[in-house]
Amino acid sequence: MTTRFFGAPVKRNEDRKLLTGQALFIDDVELPGMLHAAFLRSQVAHAQIKQIDVSRARKRPGVVAVYTAHDYGAYWQPGPLLVPPPPIPGIIFNQRTQVPLAKDKIRHVGEPIVVVVAESRYIAEDALDDIEVDLEPLPAVVDIEAGLAAASPHVHDDLDSNIAAHVRQTKGDYRSAAAKADLILKRRFRYEHGISSPIETRGVVAQWNARGRHMTIWDTTQAPVFVRNGLAGILGLGERQVRVIAPFVGGGFGPKIMMFYPEEVALPWISMRLNRPVKWIEDRLEHFFATTHERGQIHDAEMAVARDGRILGIKDVFLHDTGAYDPYGLTVPINSQCTLLGPYVVPAYDSTFTAVFTNLPIVTPYRGAGRQHGVFVMERLLDLAAHELKIDPAEIRRRNLIPSDAFPYKNDIIYQDFQPLEYDSGNYEPVLDKALEAIGYAKFIREEQPRLRAQGRCVGIGVACYVEGTGIGPYEGAKVQVQANGKVSVATGIGTQGQGHFTSFAQIVADQLGVDVTEVDIVTGDTDQFYWGAGTFASRGAVVAGNAVNEASRVVRQKALKLASDAFECSEDDLVIADGKVSIVGIPEKFITMGELAQRANPIRGAVKPGTEPGLESTQYFGPPMGATANGVHAAIIEVDPQTFELKVLKYVVVHDCGTVINPMILAGQIHGGVAQGIGNAFYEKLSFDDQGQLLNASLADYLLPTALEIPRMELDHTTTPSPLNPLGIKGAGEAGAIPVGPLFAQAIEDALELKGKKIELLEIPLSPSRVFELTRKAEIS
Amino acid sequence: MQPEPHDIELSVNGTTYRRAVESRILLSDFLRHDLLLAGTHVGCEHGVCGACTILLDGSPVRSCLMLAVQANGHELSTVEGLANSDGELHPVQQAMHDHHGLQCGYCTAGILMTMTAFLQENPLPSEHEVREALSGNLCRCTGYQNIVDAMLAAAQAMRTAAP
Repeated sequence: MTTRFFGAPVKRNEDRKLLTGQALFIDDVELPGMLHAAFLRSQVAHAQIKQIDVSRARKRPGVVAVYTAHDYGAYWQPGPLLVPPPPIPGIIFNQRTQVPLAKDKIRHVGEPIVVVVAESRYIAEDALDDIEVDLEPLPAVVDIEAGLAAASPHVHDDLDSNIAAHVRQTKGDYRSAAAKADLILKRRFRYEHGISSPIETRGVVAQWNARGRHMTIWDTTQAPVFVRNGLAGILGLGERQVRVIAPFVGGGFGPKIMMFYPEEVALPWISMRLNRPVKWIEDRLEHFFATTHERGQIHDAEMAVARDGRILGIKDVFLHDTGAYDPYGLTVPINSQCTLLGPYVVPAYDSTFTAVFTNLPIVTPYRGAGRQHGVFVMERLLDLAAHELKIDPAEIRRRNLIPSDAFPYKNDIIYQDFQPLEYDSGNYEPVLDKALEAIGYAKFIREEQPRLRAQGRCVGIGVACYVEGTGIGPYEGAKVQVQANGKVSVATGIGTQGQGHFTSFAQIVADQLGVDVTEVDIVTGDTDQFYWGAGTFASRGAVVAGNAVNEASRVVRQKALKLASDAFECSEDDLVIADGKVSIVGIPEKFITMGELAQRANPIRGAVKPGTEPGLESTQYFGPPMGATANGVHAAIIEVDPQTFELKVLKYVVVHDCGTVINPMILAGQIHGGVAQGIGNAFYEKLSFDDQGQLLNASLADYLLPTALEIPRMELDHTTTPSPLNPLGIKGAGEAGAIPVGPLFAQAIEDALELKGKKIELLEIPLSPSRVFELTRKAEIS
Repeated sequence: MQPEPHDIELSVNGTTYRRAVESRILLSDFLRHDLLLAGTHVGCEHGVCGACTILLDGSPVRSCLMLAVQANGHELSTVEGLANSDGELHPVQQAMHDHHGLQCGYCTAGILMTMTAFLQENPLPSEHEVREALSGNLCRCTGYQNIVDAMLAAAQAMRTAAP
């Protein structure tokens, strides 16, 4: 091979389309005769529906149809359970999935009640004002603790409480561990995540072809194959009659998986009924209620520690807000429960959670998917222990790291992929060392901090560790095909939302087939191009689909060598694949191009040997036995303005190990973006609900996504511990940047303001200038 | 019942368009769905995210905060007009490619338009000035760092290219 693309910072194939405005996003789909849908959504969180009058809306010129839940007839069904509960003994799980339109009862603000279809979106929205809905408001369940009180109203009337799930997992014996402890620390932690808020909202376009009896759906989904299969089922069609296309998608971060959103169910049905294409694009206000959130947990956690700082055991009891429905099962709280353990030896663990229904939008995974919540609890407990035991915060972490000879490391509890939580490989101490060196840890504490403090500046340091279970199964597949023009086409079933799959997968193919990376065209997210797959989530695209692409390319390579050896009547060992052709070693002028081989693989005349498949192509699948565990350390030096409590991040370091790296440029981009979302979560973004479940800051002017002024420059470094679970040695990296930022900020802000000396502890996320001010004021007053 | 349409004439990327539009049609919707210039993206429809930024007579504006009728008689530039007619990328586009300044690419058009105007005004910006100019455009994928680097590189490329 002349050039090796795998591992190189190859610039992206997909950029040109995106930079010139030529990429097709959902709202760019324009079809003749297309109608537009708008949804009437509840403005209250909890209510009985008494009556809906749509008669005036139906009469408005330009309105084509208006549908309520009753018009759906038998089509009205609660959505499927996307992820069933894992096989954990004693688990309680109450499945209550979302409905396509509210029928009798409203369970959260923004729940759709009526859909209007009109000649334009403007007219459809006009008609929403014509609809009269008579509601009897009910008291709302907003607070998860209050929601468990006997007197609380019930989100689901057929349940005798608001308990969605109850799960206990244990490792070792916490009680005996605690009996041996020199110190037991017990605290209450609150961690709120937020909304993913991709800059492109969601959207669906459905086009029914009555003559062909075929449905085409463009959907901003992260999981097009699941959407196809599910919609075919409820529409009464075969899977082959439905094509789902996830075009260029403007950011996903998790919530674009949740199926089925009411709009995904509505649009194809409407298109079939009216026999016209119909489009719905979510507006930003809708996004705040109609797209899933990831929200809060309250942890009552305790850590049993030995005098030398070693963790003897952890007990954690937490509440998890699942929102009005639980279609995504227990993925988020299970992730919290499992990821809390981090890169540390924890001999005893006793973790129980209760998931609680509330009258708030549905909770499903958003980048990190509950891992943040667990990491916050662990990292803060370690900080508290370090302080009590007078051990340096970085040192207490080092003393507890799983040693490099202990892998694969078993944790005796069940992870979100239903497999035992086992870390496949890792070498944690060098990651911590590199991070401490890059941030200048020792020098900062010894020299810089005292010097800056003497100048009256409030500057602190933080260091936080995490692991991330990535690359879970079940499987992905890929079809690699050399075309007669020599270009290679690759199709895979996952969707793509900016992760650079058009380039990273092309790098894998280019190396195997000896072509340039720009000669490889990748198709993702079109179910007619690739039939099977699961989707893009859990940092699994590169791991699972990447290995399928590699396997299919490898088989195509073998086929190419076989064809060429037949053509040249030589041994395959005498052949070399490079520069788009196969040539004889040492005789470069004796060659045959990959395009010619593709033609030879599909002859017009002559006999094809038995057992031979036509075409220079292969379809292969890859399914890992379990997820691959990545790890990392973030460190930061943060200055706090003691008057305004605004932050300035003076230095931010990420050292990360995600196994073998396909494209370090794309990887860095993933880390940068993850950290930015983590910073938003830690200090800027907060969903503010009132006690009736109204979101008070449902606009981007009020819900603060960080800008270029809030996000610091980041310094990145990597170590490489390949995963033994896949041939390429890859671990996922998509969520890593977002996971440890909360505890890192809390630690650094405490240090900057010397809060430990004032007996102030930052045990909640998100923080904000006003919240840090409140907490410090409260302590000063008391 | 149907509102009276208004005749408007405007230029986009050097091409003149004449259309009859309802007074309430947003400029962003007009560009995307009437003129089929869908490279301008809409992210929030309340003027915060900056994805829909275009140039109106050379100055960046949010096309979601303007009505199409208000653009009557004006010269507009959108992302479709940035590369030259041979397809050669504008230095700002090229730098975004070189520095991995885009991931999903949805906010990109607005950033390109905001920053081309900014770099014309300030050909030698500091990193902080770039960050300030960029702070009216939200990006959820990149963490901004590579965009900032791209803009500093683009500024240099534009200075070198300018006589």
